[in-house]
Amino acid sequence: MSTVTLKPYDFPAKDVRENFPAPLLYIGWDDHLMFASPYCLPLPPDTPFGALESAVLPGIYGEHPDFGKIDWSAVQWLKSGQPWKPDPARSLADNGLRHKDVIRFRTPGLTGLKGSHS
Amino acid sequence: MNTVATVSKVFIAFQDNEEARPVVEAILADNPQADAVYSPGLVKINAPGHLVVRRATIEEQTGRPFDLQQIHVNLVTLSGHIDEDDDQFTLSWNQ
Amino acid sequence: MDTRVTKKKLGLKERYAAMTRGLAWDTTYQPMDKVFPFDRYEGIKIHDWEKWEDPFRLTMDAYWKYQGEKERKLYAVIEAFAQNNGQLGVADARYINALKIFIQAVTPLEYMAHRGFAHVGRHFTGAGARVAAQMQSVDELRHFQTETHAISHYNKYFNGMHNASHWYDRVWYLAVPKSFFEDAMSGGPFEFLTAVSFSFEYVLTNLLFVPFMSGAAHNGDMSTVTFGFSAQSDESRHMTLGIECIKFMLEQDPANVPIVQRWIDKWFWRGYRLLTIVAMMQDYMLPKRVMSWKEAWEMYAEENGGALFKDLARYGIRLPKGWEIACEGKDHISHQAWNAFYNFAAAAPFHTWVPTDEELNWLSEKYPDSFDQYYRPRLEFYRERQQAGHRYYSKTLPMLCTTCQIPMFFTEPGDPTKICYRETTHGGDKYHFCSDGCKHIFEQEPEKYVQSWLPVHQIYQGHCFKPGVDPTQPGFDPLAAVLDWYDLNVGRDNFDFEGSEDQRNFATWRGDAPQAGSAKKGGAA
Repeated sequence: MSTVTLKPYDFPAKDVRENFPAPLLYIGWDDHLMFASPYCLPLPPDTPFGALESAVLPGIYGEHPDFGKIDWSAVQWLKSGQPWKPDPARSLADNGLRHKDVIRFRTPGLTGLKGSHS
Repeated sequence: MNTVATVSKVFIAFQDNEEARPVVEAILADNPQADAVYSPGLVKINAPGHLVVRRATIEEQTGRPFDLQQIHVNLVTLSGHIDEDDDQFTLSWNQ
Repeated sequence: MDTRVTKKKLGLKERYAAMTRGLAWDTTYQPMDKVFPFDRYEGIKIHDWEKWEDPFRLTMDAYWKYQGEKERKLYAVIEAFAQNNGQLGVADARYINALKIFIQAVTPLEYMAHRGFAHVGRHFTGAGARVAAQMQSVDELRHFQTETHAISHYNKYFNGMHNASHWYDRVWYLAVPKSFFEDAMSGGPFEFLTAVSFSFEYVLTNLLFVPFMSGAAHNGDMSTVTFGFSAQSDESRHMTLGIECIKFMLEQDPANVPIVQRWIDKWFWRGYRLLTIVAMMQDYMLPKRVMSWKEAWEMYAEENGGALFKDLARYGIRLPKGWEIACEGKDHISHQAWNAFYNFAAAAPFHTWVPTDEELNWLSEKYPDSFDQYYRPRLEFYRERQQAGHRYYSKTLPMLCTTCQIPMFFTEPGDPTKICYRETTHGGDKYHFCSDGCKHIFEQEPEKYVQSWLPVHQIYQGHCFKPGVDPTQPGFDPLAAVLDWYDLNVGRDNFDFEGSEDQRNFATWRGDAPQAGSAKKGGAA
């Protein structure tokens, strides 16, 4: 389907990569829905993936009592909902992350406040 | 869906005030199957399938002429297909 | 009535015919198609405009008469309310925040509706449809004005109401209602009526104007209940326009059925998503409660909407796509929305809070299948943190759905423990959605939604700072710069209700004892 119009209808997409200083990455923490939604972050493509764990996520999720209990070696990542194994030493770009990709992490054994997935 | 086997209800709701009261009373008199539910500021009348508002009954209640379009002033909401003429206003579902 | 003086020359039906179609004419200097160019391209086939019916048969003279009467009644209440300092009689100052959402998110839509109906009131070929749309255009302008007047009294005493038009074009959460209406207005006239008059007004607005307004009455706000019911009295006519338009299209040509069904699917889902905020107002922002969102949904959507679609089945119309998912959402969406606004309370011009124990118990009772299991623990955790002086605020911007523009807080159908993620690719770029419904809407018209003005992305593109702001400066605080661009009064319009100026003022005006302890803690970010 496409938009039914009287005249030719062709307008630029607002959120193409060139319009941002850095590509966007969406990140969500499964089973911790106290954080109402996943987050959207502009991250330089040469950022090492490991910097998420050490520098990015603590500022976002650190207030949750489960955050300090995460065993990062056991964390399961998903990209677009599919299991995915990033290399923490390589950059976001080298791990194949592109503008507006969505990744999520699961922390086995941690089920949120009082087991409520919050 | 919980309405498959039952007759769908129509409803009409008015502000719960003195102007609407004779209209509500007329509706309840003319529609024995209707029931009125009051909540703050509001009276909602539900009826299975069909409901009629008759000018003559409202006029009997108030003892003076009534133009059915006056119900717009205190009407809050309704549901069902509408048919209106000078003498009556009906709500119904076709099924 | 033997004293009745009968002066009427024409009955209602004849008068309606004379005053609408009788006053219209077909153009001769220019072909009709050129004068009315917009009501064909959508593909709706109309063979006989004479079949258009307004069952109320309201003519312009009667319209002005009854609208004038409604206005006189309404302004008498508004004035009495102001003269008696009615704002002090509301149940609780937290309630005022529902009015802030009203003036920020609902009132501007009335104005958009005024414009939208003025447009279609010009562009339908049939005079009956034009007259009905023109009346509605005037109604919507009336709603915009009466809501503004009624709420302006509260604006003298409370924060968060002084800048609604400015915020409507800027504040992140207001992109949700704004994009809804701009989507409708950029469709053709038949889609616009299906979107606004049918899917929104007929199927959904009772949920805003009926139980919520009854709640306003219950909370001592006679000013709001009166403008609410006064507006809703026009809605009866608007809803009727919606259903008549649907029936008219369906009866004119069987080829119209699939087009109408597609629009119903789209606009039911968009309207349902838009109403999420009403669900939250109903469950969390009325200190004295009339009914839960879930109960309101069952009464007005399931029962009434069910009756409507059962009736329309004879035309080959089925329930809108996503109906079952929407019904399942009645246990969840109010809690999920409140959580999102609690998270982002620094960035919205109204207050949020953790409900009292009594209120939490009410929610447990009304939501036995969801509240204690999924939502209560996070609220209790927030309260604990706040009392320890660490009120939780999210400082990171959320991921938004491309279609409804709501942060992605809705959960998977059947699994309230997992966020619902959907995505698609168009023109080499990824697009993300909160639901199958929103993804489907995008896929029907991708070239429209690739233009979405998503507030989070606009902030990251640098479009939401005042001129001259340099985001590359060391120590640049993007959130502060965005709030400055919003013209939000930081510390007064936003943050938690606990510790707010509204809370202190209301207690002082009412002569309530100062709140021990709680007011000192956790107000600031």
